[in-house]
Amino acid sequence: MNAPTHPLHHITREESATYDRATLDYIYRAAATGLYEIRGLGAKRHLPHFDDLTFLGASLSRYPLEGYREKCATRTVLGTRFAEKPLELAIPVTIAGMSFGALSANVKESLGRAATAMGTSTTTGDGGMTSEERRSSKTLIYQCLPSRYGFKPDDVRRADAIEIVIGQGAKPGGGGMLLGQKINPRVAAMRTLPEGVDQRSASRHPDWTGPDDLMIKIKEMREITDWQKPIFVKIGATRVFNDVKLAVHAGADVVVVDGMQGGTAATQLAFIEHVGIPTLAAIRQAVDALDDLDMRGKVQLIVSGGIRTGADAAKALALGADAVSIGQGMLMALGCNHPTYRMGDHDVSAVADYHALGTAPGFCHHCHTGRCPVGVTTQDPVLEQRLTPDIGARRVKNYLKTIVMELTMIARACGKSDVHHLEREDLVALTVEAAAMARMPLAGTNWIPGAGV
Amino acid sequence: MNFDLASQSVRELNAYLHGAAPDASVTVTSPNGAHNVAVGVNVPVNIDIQGHVGYYAAGMNQLAKIDIHGNAGPGLAEGMCSGEVHVRGFASVAAGAAAHGGLLVIDGDASLRCGISMKGIDIVVGGSVGDYSAFMAQAGHLVVCGDAGDALGDSLYEAVIYVKGSVASLGADAQEQAMTDDDHARLTALLQRAGFAHESHAFRRVGSARTLYHWNADAEQEY
Amino acid sequence: MCGIVGLLLKRPALRPALGELMLPMFIGMTERGPDSGGLAVYGDRAASGERRFSLYAGESAVDWDAVAADVRTRFGQSTIEINGNHAIVEVNAAPEAMAQWIAEAHPDIALLSAGRTMDLYKDIGAPGEIAERYGFGRLRGTHVVGHTRMATESAVTPAHAHPFTFGDDFCLVHNGSLSNPNNVRRELEHQGVSFVTDNDTEAACRYLGHRLNEGDDLETAVTRGFSVLDGFYTLLIGTRDTLAIVRDPFACKPAIVAETDDYVAISSEYRSLAALPGVESARLFEPRPRQLYQWRVQ
Repeated sequence: MNAPTHPLHHITREESATYDRATLDYIYRAAATGLYEIRGLGAKRHLPHFDDLTFLGASLSRYPLEGYREKCATRTVLGTRFAEKPLELAIPVTIAGMSFGALSANVKESLGRAATAMGTSTTTGDGGMTSEERRSSKTLIYQCLPSRYGFKPDDVRRADAIEIVIGQGAKPGGGGMLLGQKINPRVAAMRTLPEGVDQRSASRHPDWTGPDDLMIKIKEMREITDWQKPIFVKIGATRVFNDVKLAVHAGADVVVVDGMQGGTAATQLAFIEHVGIPTLAAIRQAVDALDDLDMRGKVQLIVSGGIRTGADAAKALALGADAVSIGQGMLMALGCNHPTYRMGDHDVSAVADYHALGTAPGFCHHCHTGRCPVGVTTQDPVLEQRLTPDIGARRVKNYLKTIVMELTMIARACGKSDVHHLEREDLVALTVEAAAMARMPLAGTNWIPGAGV
Repeated sequence: MNFDLASQSVRELNAYLHGAAPDASVTVTSPNGAHNVAVGVNVPVNIDIQGHVGYYAAGMNQLAKIDIHGNAGPGLAEGMCSGEVHVRGFASVAAGAAAHGGLLVIDGDASLRCGISMKGIDIVVGGSVGDYSAFMAQAGHLVVCGDAGDALGDSLYEAVIYVKGSVASLGADAQEQAMTDDDHARLTALLQRAGFAHESHAFRRVGSARTLYHWNADAEQEY
Repeated sequence: MCGIVGLLLKRPALRPALGELMLPMFIGMTERGPDSGGLAVYGDRAASGERRFSLYAGESAVDWDAVAADVRTRFGQSTIEINGNHAIVEVNAAPEAMAQWIAEAHPDIALLSAGRTMDLYKDIGAPGEIAERYGFGRLRGTHVVGHTRMATESAVTPAHAHPFTFGDDFCLVHNGSLSNPNNVRRELEHQGVSFVTDNDTEAACRYLGHRLNEGDDLETAVTRGFSVLDGFYTLLIGTRDTLAIVRDPFACKPAIVAETDDYVAISSEYRSLAALPGVESARLFEPRPRQLYQWRVQ
């Protein structure tokens, strides 16, 4: 007798929300390699973010500025508290710390040139300062990280500001990471590491722990630089209210708060997705901390972690930031995740190279491999050529210009002649989570979830 | 040139040192545990400190010869690139942290994390060192004439440690290795420069086993 | 975070000058701890049978004379020493009874400490102001445990300033940050220990105090603490006749000791010890991690 067949024979596909495709991949990979997944970029899962806020533009009760003759100022000064030479920037958008090693020398030069053209700053990363970056970037912030790779007094003296990094949004509590394939001779020499080995990085600074010691460390940096240069303190967003207060007590001129959407060239997936809080929640806490200490305007706040557009920048400023810093967005402006790269006067497809990494344009986060198909996060001399400084500098400059144009456009629409006059009452929230995190009313209501708690 | 920190500020002292003429001699009296004494010096001056200093003395030193007639607080000579620092008493935690070059001599004991993250400095300790010394030490040499605490050389890269006394325990990836003729020559020279009368043959060498250089799931690494 | 200071006078002849000797040490820790501070001072104080209770009114306007009258009514014969927003009541009463009564009858007053030989002061403000307010420079006694604070996780309120106390004559100050204070607190609450704050130092204080109550000596309690208290800590402890210090295994938070025939002085930084008489010839050393150092009053 024949076995009965189902009258509607088809493949059933009932996906589990808990054991979804991504989780299956995770478990297969762990079973195969015995190693956590390491990748680049920032948190990819959906999180409450600036998209969940919207501006209350001018109408009858508030009047807009004209876009042409009526100016909207963007000048931004960072580091007014103690330094003799604060940074004077033309725009409130800076380029975040990213290491040479994670990025190619061409990229560092591109970023420097674009920043200079737009009157803003770049920041070194975990690995030290390259002469390309110092030469090309008019205002260069020098990071002091737990690893102290390439951290040298001559570079401290030729920097325009020092940024003491306690952590970053992608991995608060974790240290830097660079896999062996990106430790080429030049990177190895700068970091005093053997070529080709995986870099293990410290998560704590070697010579201080805690805000009471940080205060003495900040003083040391001031003494070394004869009190000329602003000292920034950068934290990954976790206990932001307390941390910002402590950073101020310890003597920071500028506090940089990096939310969980912030990127990295390489770290464990578990860090990226499961440690740290969203930028939207962080920025409110940071501003509250400054208000609590009556330090708004005296200690400047820079916010980073998923800042992508002029609208994001405007929202961050409205919420109380003095400036925003962009990392991943800059890489994307350079071509990260783009299907093609430029060679001479034509576009070349990079799709095959994405596929060789096991990914595709728009999905790639494989910065840690050093095989960046568009020549951005690589040390490979061949791949590096896919992004030359002339092209890179123009793209980043255009991106910055666009952001600033959008920022001023929104500010004018809210009646502001200066982007720093944007205030939190210019915004409302579109979701309950965003309303609660940013402590701002849900659009069309007076309701702030959790207010008074 | 004399600076008395009982009546002058550390800031004045450092400002002077930053602009001093080469081969100038400076004496600092009454440091009384002040922090950041003689940091960021970049001139071959001779600095004599009469007393105890606090955190980060001789921090990021280049070229200068700094003699401390007393004890030093945390982070002594951190980030030093060249020059010489000599402490007659003991040094607190993280002596020589992340330093790229130069010579640091400590007559007494150094505390925990001596030579942490060192990147080329040579450190010679007349006494003993505390736990986690030479943690993640990348390059340079740490000479310990006394004993070493726990987790010596944990996560060691290419720095080399010479120990005369006992080692409470070795850190991950640190191992005792045979002394070569090169080691003996180097160690003898370092001891001589430090002014310690020990024979190199009394020392053992600790170096990296280099098993953490690349991830290996089957190797049961202490990562 | 913080600065800690401790001073124990070995030589009885020096004890009238305890405050004078300690004052520059306390002020010397102002940078480490600019926003609040406190001090526990030990010495022969209470008449026999009596206890001394340190009370604190903070910003509230309190009629101390009325409080004194209430104490007499409730507990019998007593004296009161008033000093601004702080008072010391000496009376024959048990610590728990006093604590309960104060909470009910005078909820705007905090009971800072109980004991036969210990008085305790803490307040918001710069260390110099606090010292001035309470006359720290004029204190007499055998030993002192002091602290200046830069607030970390809990609010800057007087209750969160150190020292924290437990039972009779036990106090503790802390430099560092415990990483599991909430679980430690919850476990102790299950065992009947009550807490005033969510401050991590209070968790460490009540843990050790509870262990002492259960019969451990200080060494045993501290040893148990190594596997219970997680994080970074340098703890300075006072009991009726002892000054003690212990550092966690990582020893990231600083401590330095100056010892002579006349005294033992402890601080987070040497510069706060630099003015002590005879410090040039003192034995100076940093306590090793994971080891309890104790000095007893002779």
